[in-house]
Amino acid sequence: MTKLSTKHLLGIKELTADDINLILTTAESFKEVINRPIKKVPSLRDITIANLFFENSTRTKLSFELAEKRLSADVVNFSSASSSVKKGETLIDTVNNILAMKVDMVVMRHPNPGAAVFLSKHIDAKIVNAGDGAHEHPTQALLDAFSIKEKLGTIKGKKIAIIGDVLHSRVALSNIFCLQKLGAEVMVCGPTTLMPKYIHSLGVKVEHNLRKALEWCDVANMLRIQLERQDIKYFPSLREYTMLFGLNKELLDSLTKKIIVMHPGPINRGVEITSDVADGSQSIILEQVENGVAVRMAVLFLLAGRV
Amino acid sequence: MMKPRIILDSKHFEITVTRLCYQLIEVHNDFSKTVIIGLQPRGIYLATRIQKKLQEILKKNDIKCGSLDITFYRDDFRQKELVPNATLIDFIIEGKNVILVDDVLFTGRTIRAGLDAMLAFGRPNDVELLVLIDRRLSRHLPIQAKYIGKIIDSIASEKVKVEWKETDGADKVTLLSND
Repeated sequence: MTKLSTKHLLGIKELTADDINLILTTAESFKEVINRPIKKVPSLRDITIANLFFENSTRTKLSFELAEKRLSADVVNFSSASSSVKKGETLIDTVNNILAMKVDMVVMRHPNPGAAVFLSKHIDAKIVNAGDGAHEHPTQALLDAFSIKEKLGTIKGKKIAIIGDVLHSRVALSNIFCLQKLGAEVMVCGPTTLMPKYIHSLGVKVEHNLRKALEWCDVANMLRIQLERQDIKYFPSLREYTMLFGLNKELLDSLTKKIIVMHPGPINRGVEITSDVADGSQSIILEQVENGVAVRMAVLFLLAGRV
Repeated sequence: MMKPRIILDSKHFEITVTRLCYQLIEVHNDFSKTVIIGLQPRGIYLATRIQKKLQEILKKNDIKCGSLDITFYRDDFRQKELVPNATLIDFIIEGKNVILVDDVLFTGRTIRAGLDAMLAFGRPNDVELLVLIDRRLSRHLPIQAKYIGKIIDSIASEKVKVEWKETDGADKVTLLSND
């Protein structure tokens, strides 16, 4: 396997286990590159990439931009707040106008699920989904898998619990697909109101008791409560949520084994995770961020190989 | 059907590597300011072989040898499918004399990429190229090796295959041609 089976990265669902493994192995090489004194390679110097962010982002946007620059690609940035989208331009028109300026790849974040898939059917450029609504966030799942693999050696047979606001989380869905394809067992944990209706059809364990979930797992991936997507009240109060589903040092230390704690960011300190856990020795949150650049470099490199 | 013709058998292979080592010693004396870098994937076997032989001859065990992957520096990665390998250079090349090592010198494109890749690790004092087989008359770039195991004349459709005791069972170089 030296080639991806797909032209775009729209979601983990479309990838094969071989694709995922190829991306993870390539990312290892890039991790070595970004730890060199000169962190840049000339691989994509003939490629232009547009970053289209129709939704706010810090980590993903910076991470993609750094990945692109370290591959020597030319980068143009676009954010909807300061664009003609506000004047009523449609998504296809916006993107086609950008492509008319000879762009080879598009990295897009959009609040609507399926936006990346929709775009891939209408335009002629490589598309990387950087998050579409509550649907998928494939590069996050890939970097999570990379971080777990780096820490535990393998993913096959490991137990991963995804804890929190599963209903509104694109990270949860992409992670479930990714980890299952790599042979891990996945559990989701959270209040019943924050579980999607179809969750059982994904073949994951469902748990509503945080302690039980933590005792079961090797890795706990804590999700953020996405208040911006919650149109109605899903739980009585943040304080109650924290008491039932927040991870704190006391709880972590009382477990029978040492688990790894992850968080896709941004963290709401004191809500789903306390500061001493987030900054503690079992947390790999900042490693995840570092690996994000390497994984995104791998994705862009492999997709560009098919231009 | 590719017909194989042996260019170096295991005996001559050994003699050639030994000769290359003595040529290196002639220029680099005790290797205190010199490092060896093998190009991934096939150059690293020759590089480690030369490192071992040099240490044997010079009776020392601190000759530095690293491996360098050039995948991300290639100019043809969209035409070919390439798998990156590991880069392992755990020493400083700044101000050192670097001997780049590869098994076959053909178009010179790999070496061009290797030079670029190497510069990410610092500015060496001096860079030399050592190859086991030099396929002269097939160069696309103005690149020549300083130390050469054997020069052969070949055409583009022919293939040179270098086999190693470590991976293929025996040291051997063969020329595969179509006629």
